[in-house]
Amino acid sequence: MLARRIIPCLDCDLAVPQGRVVKGIEFKRIRYAGVPWELAAKYDEQGADEIVFLDITASHERRETMVNVVRKTAENVFIPLTVGGGIRSVEDARKLFTAGADKVSINTAAIKNPKLVTEISKFFGSQACVVAIDAKRRYLGTKERERAEKEGKIIVETSQGPCWFECSVYGGRKFTGVDAIRWAMEVEALGAGEILLTSMDRDGTKDGYDIELTKAVSERVRIPVIASGGCGTLEHFEEVFKKTKASAALAASIFHYAEYSIGEIKEFLRSKGIPVRFE
Amino acid sequence: MIAIIDYKMGNLFSIYNGIKKAGGEPVLVDGSAVARLREADGIVIPGVGAFGDGVKNFKVFEDVFFEMLRSGTPVLGICLGMQMFFESSEESGGHGLSVLKGSVVRLPSDVTTPHMGWNSLRILKETPILGGIKDGDYFYFVHSYHCIPEDARCVVAVTDYGGTVVAVIQEKNVYATQFHPEKSGRKGLRVLENFVRVCRS
Repeated sequence: MLARRIIPCLDCDLAVPQGRVVKGIEFKRIRYAGVPWELAAKYDEQGADEIVFLDITASHERRETMVNVVRKTAENVFIPLTVGGGIRSVEDARKLFTAGADKVSINTAAIKNPKLVTEISKFFGSQACVVAIDAKRRYLGTKERERAEKEGKIIVETSQGPCWFECSVYGGRKFTGVDAIRWAMEVEALGAGEILLTSMDRDGTKDGYDIELTKAVSERVRIPVIASGGCGTLEHFEEVFKKTKASAALAASIFHYAEYSIGEIKEFLRSKGIPVRFE
Repeated sequence: MIAIIDYKMGNLFSIYNGIKKAGGEPVLVDGSAVARLREADGIVIPGVGAFGDGVKNFKVFEDVFFEMLRSGTPVLGICLGMQMFFESSEESGGHGLSVLKGSVVRLPSDVTTPHMGWNSLRILKETPILGGIKDGDYFYFVHSYHCIPEDARCVVAVTDYGGTVVAVIQEKNVYATQFHPEKSGRKGLRVLENFVRVCRS
């Protein structure tokens, strides 16, 4: 049976020569978590199903640092590697694939230039093209709702009232007016092989995944959806797998602060009847 | 020496590192050095991408590859490499290498495609490359098409995804996996170690 995947996300700061993984929710209190390839190897050892490297500096001039991080990781880590942050062209993607990445994740560049999704999937296969969507809830009053409906927004009835979801870019610093659920369906048609869906409302809160968002997207597309943002407990993993069709769940701080090892999370999920991989 | 055929279908870095980690001596052989295949103790055909392009790019290797195949050199086809061993594919409608009889068809339409992620094996027969692998062990799959061999006797392991999907094949010195051993963690490395051992014996 196909296993639900557990994916640690390593947020990489490439401002230091070799790159480093950072943890923490407050930018001012950012903390150093470790050397990227060493952490990747540690999580692989614990049973991670995949590794995501996210360049939080998204810096074009530091592309080579990320290429080196990927190359060093791929020498010892034999599970799929995804790299995101600052990828703007087929050429950027090609460098990462040549270094040993299996997938690249694009967000801002995809919204600015949707053709990039098609180009990457044509050159490297759709499985290699992940589109990251950072979505924020926009609650609607009665009047606003009418307008949103006219504009063709997909409205979800949540426990806090009706809302639509807006895509943000540049790491959540800029909003686009683009409907995240519609955008997910569009990128599938453009050739994306997977969607990395982050809730901006939940990211960093440890309140759990945005189930209503994850459900709305995973039921409308046929490509795998990775749920992200808000994971803080074992039960959050269980909830997202039981209540939505998410293929994978991504988390960061729960692993970095060693609250739970990946093995413990998988043991827990197995005891709840969710298929997970053990070696 | 284990030759990894570089026919420009996807990144070869992982399989190169994997063979090295498994104790083999990998060498990438591209279209300009086809004769090097004759020095190989084993040949790997990796590959991610479309069937039609794969077969077309493989043309330049065909003569020496078939010569080595007939001489009994172990060959391992991975993913697209496995699919190319068959006679035909629904994908791009082209002809394959016809090393094995049968065809390649699209996965059923009612399952998420591509079949991407870790799936468990059902082992049907013993084979040298599955030494140390247990029934239920997980491997990493990424594919949208799957193989239908004419003679089911070559099928040594399957997985379930919208029906039975052929996962591992062996017929004499021809080995093939639909999953990616180079991306399947320690179990995958074990499969590569087994293949390296087969090549040395």
